[in-house]
Amino acid sequence: MKQAPERTVPFEDAVTRYDPLIGLETHVELGTRSKMFCGCPTVFGADPNTAVCPVCLGLPGSLPVINKAAIEYTIRIGLALNSSIASWCRFARKNYFYPDMPKNYQISQYDEPLCTDGWLDVEVGGERFRVGIERVHLEEDTGKSQHVGRSGRIHGADYSLVDYNRAGIPLVEVVTKPIPGTGALAPAVARAYVTELRDLMRALGVSDVRMEQGSLRCDVNTSIAPAGSGQWGTRTETKNVNSLRSVERAVRSEIERQAARLDAGDRIVQETRHFHEETGTTTAGRSKEEAQDYRYFPEPDLVPMEPPGAWVEEIKAALPELPRARRARLQAELGLTDADMTALRNAGALDLVAETVAAGASAEQARNWWLAELSRRANEAGVELSALPVSPAQVARICALVESGQLNNKLARQVLDGVLAGDGSPDDVVATRGLTVVTDTSVLTAAVDEAIAAKPDVAAKVRDGKLAAADALLGAVMRATGGQADAASVRELILQRLGQA
Amino acid sequence: MASGSELTSLTAAEMASAVAAGEISAVELTGAHLDRIARTDLHVRAFLHVAADGALAAAKAVDERRAAGEPLGPLAGVPLALKDVFTTIDMPTTCGSKILAGWQPPFDATITTRLREAGVVILGKTNMDEFAMGSSTENSAFGPSHNPWDLARVPGGSSGGSAAAVAAYQAPLGIGTDTGGSIRQPAAVCGLVGVKPTYGGSSRYGLVAFASSLDTPGPLARTVLDAALLHETMSGHDPCDSTSLDAPVPPVVAAAKHADVAGLRVGVVTELAGDGYASGVLSRFNEAVELLESLGAKVTEVSCPHFSYGLPAYYLIAPSEASSNLARFDAMRYGLRVGDDMRASAEDVMSLTRAAGFGAEVKRRIMLGTYALSSGYYDAYYGKAQQVRTLIARDFSAAFEQADVLVSPTTPTTAFRLGERADDPMAMYLADLCTIPGNLAGNAAMSVPCGLAPEDGLPVGLQIMAPVLADDRLYRVGAAVEGALDQRRGHRILDEANGIERVGDASAEAGR
Repeated sequence: MKQAPERTVPFEDAVTRYDPLIGLETHVELGTRSKMFCGCPTVFGADPNTAVCPVCLGLPGSLPVINKAAIEYTIRIGLALNSSIASWCRFARKNYFYPDMPKNYQISQYDEPLCTDGWLDVEVGGERFRVGIERVHLEEDTGKSQHVGRSGRIHGADYSLVDYNRAGIPLVEVVTKPIPGTGALAPAVARAYVTELRDLMRALGVSDVRMEQGSLRCDVNTSIAPAGSGQWGTRTETKNVNSLRSVERAVRSEIERQAARLDAGDRIVQETRHFHEETGTTTAGRSKEEAQDYRYFPEPDLVPMEPPGAWVEEIKAALPELPRARRARLQAELGLTDADMTALRNAGALDLVAETVAAGASAEQARNWWLAELSRRANEAGVELSALPVSPAQVARICALVESGQLNNKLARQVLDGVLAGDGSPDDVVATRGLTVVTDTSVLTAAVDEAIAAKPDVAAKVRDGKLAAADALLGAVMRATGGQADAASVRELILQRLGQA
Repeated sequence: MASGSELTSLTAAEMASAVAAGEISAVELTGAHLDRIARTDLHVRAFLHVAADGALAAAKAVDERRAAGEPLGPLAGVPLALKDVFTTIDMPTTCGSKILAGWQPPFDATITTRLREAGVVILGKTNMDEFAMGSSTENSAFGPSHNPWDLARVPGGSSGGSAAAVAAYQAPLGIGTDTGGSIRQPAAVCGLVGVKPTYGGSSRYGLVAFASSLDTPGPLARTVLDAALLHETMSGHDPCDSTSLDAPVPPVVAAAKHADVAGLRVGVVTELAGDGYASGVLSRFNEAVELLESLGAKVTEVSCPHFSYGLPAYYLIAPSEASSNLARFDAMRYGLRVGDDMRASAEDVMSLTRAAGFGAEVKRRIMLGTYALSSGYYDAYYGKAQQVRTLIARDFSAAFEQADVLVSPTTPTTAFRLGERADDPMAMYLADLCTIPGNLAGNAAMSVPCGLAPEDGLPVGLQIMAPVLADDRLYRVGAAVEGALDQRRGHRILDEANGIERVGDASAEAGR
């Protein structure tokens, strides 16, 4: 069923006249070895229905047993988000029928979440926003349906297939409080929050957070109210927004759409909306979904969780340095500007640069290599920077070879080519391809004398004190040595031979 | 060599020692029970599935272990009837429902595993009210079981199949589950010993759930000692069941052998008597109390004022949990599938299957529970029922300060006639009036025979209730009552059951 595109108001206009209020619910699949309530592995991409057992298939008679690691990870997340950790809480059943839910209820948490009332600071354009965290709770993931047929959705599908490998993977839901006062920055703040949350999860080692594999999924709530009214409008919930860029676009398009409705005197319907990657817009979901009554009640198959205070303290003491503190420290240590930091974060290069510096490179060299040469290659290959087959230690080694004069920049790039091609370490590539700067003076002297003899007029100019003319001779020498000479040394030698040194 | 009927009339303890001593083989013993089933089950209809080959193979394995000089457990070689609500890898598990007809689980319940490891011979799977919802087995999709005392009467429920099998000497032991009285009430009306252990004392892993916070597996037997031996064999901590208690099994076998109530404080619950109780039930109950007093027990009356709210609270909590537990039967992965013509939607197939696969009582409870959990009603129904549950647990705590055990009739009446209450759910629900408080509080309780009602000659059960993890007290009191009554009569109460004899020791073609 095709819906007519809704009217919109240009974004800048909309945020001039309306104040947006946003809120995010983010689901993160935890990277525990086994599932939430059984011993099945949490693998991605295995053959369908191979990582399953009676428990995660919800077979009659099976019972769940809590994965302690998942509780620990959730507490870690809660602590990193400055939340209170409940000393007693329970799982609850969320009841609804759907073929990818083995039991037709999801074990989740309702009014007794494990972590409550925290915050996460994010920065946009140098301005800091403190995002309130309402709750962090733990639940189990569902299976995955694949609807085969023209529509690709359950309605109108010829048939559907269900893969239960994902069913029972521990899922953490982080819910923000409403985020006021973001104005025109609302879409950027939403994106910055999800980015910060992603970095936090990675730093905590609780998830690999691969959005493209669905291990981080967002629901974005958006509402608007007349500017300065201090009121809250009716919100919509845009489901399954699965990339950082989409988070930003979803907020933006909802603001544009809602503004047009209010301008026209229409009311905003509280509803679920679907985000479309192709158009960057949302369409209304089924109204039936919002009428869903989940009939939550405490899960009688599990006993309450009572994380001992000493254990929580232990987890707190073992928290790693968190991304924000780490960034501040690295910026100071590496002497980077705010602009550098932004560029490095956007490129996903901060950790790589830090590791390269830790391996001995200068901050400037490391920054330049990763932001320029390596970013270009990652773009060409269409992969994340971190996915390039070169380690920070190898980049640092190339920097060292340049520093010591064994490589010039052109040779260094050739060495990098070799490393990326899988020919081994920088030293291996230097050895196998013979990529060393020529330092043998007799070889260089012969090449210089040859160049002088070939261009006596140029040589004469240099002798007369026109030192710039030496460049012409330099070029000839570099060509003769196949680029493997150090230009500065060659220049010095030319001047020496022509009595100008 | 003993005759078949001599073998089947032994107690489980006697059978086990005869097997251990080499006086009889487990195969012989199993064969005698299979013969008995073949001759009587057309009338009793205790079994939904008889696993003759599997049982004989298990018996043979016990005989081989004995021959090899390996140590045998206290119930090795003893046959047992297993309620069809426990998963079994080599037998179907239907829960008495069409929706699971023919389903063969890929895993054994923890209790199934423990029985196998103990060398107990599982004869087959017994009939039950569908998904354990009922007090008569009339809610079984496969037809009712019959009470061996009078085949026109119900054997109680929901574990009526296991109770009927044990009372008909088809097996010396049975396993049932007790959610609101489903072991104790059939035990009472079939003249057996039936025990609901402390909640969490016996594993629920592989027990297809009716109401998770109430379901408790337990033993059915003809003697208190036999029940204790099975209780000990089947119980204990199970890491696969989070609600399983990590505590040692109370010393029930020792208690069953220590039939001494001298000095024990016995509390009679005043709220569990009066209107609605059959006169024969009350008179036998009162005699049992006097008997205990004569044996040296100190009898007092205790009041548990909230017990009268137990039944309504139960009929909110149990259906609420059931409405969620039974949601998984949706035709997508296993069991019945109706209406899948390759055009119907998954939702349509789910509804058609559930409409065709569940019986009326199951549907009634799913609807009750769905309603009770609905937004806007939750606090008034489910929430309030949970508060009542707390109050009942407090009543028990207070009562157990005054008494070591509490007693009451197990059920207000003796076995009723088949069909008598089938169309009146409220009348049916009253059968569990006395047993439900124990489920809501999670403590231990037993029904032990205390005589026959004069008006109909049918057995009456004495309910004994003990605090959480004091299951051993049940056996001490139960053994004292059993011993004194047997001595007074000169024989066991069950020896007077003659329902099967009335239809004749039915012909061999009665077997299946």
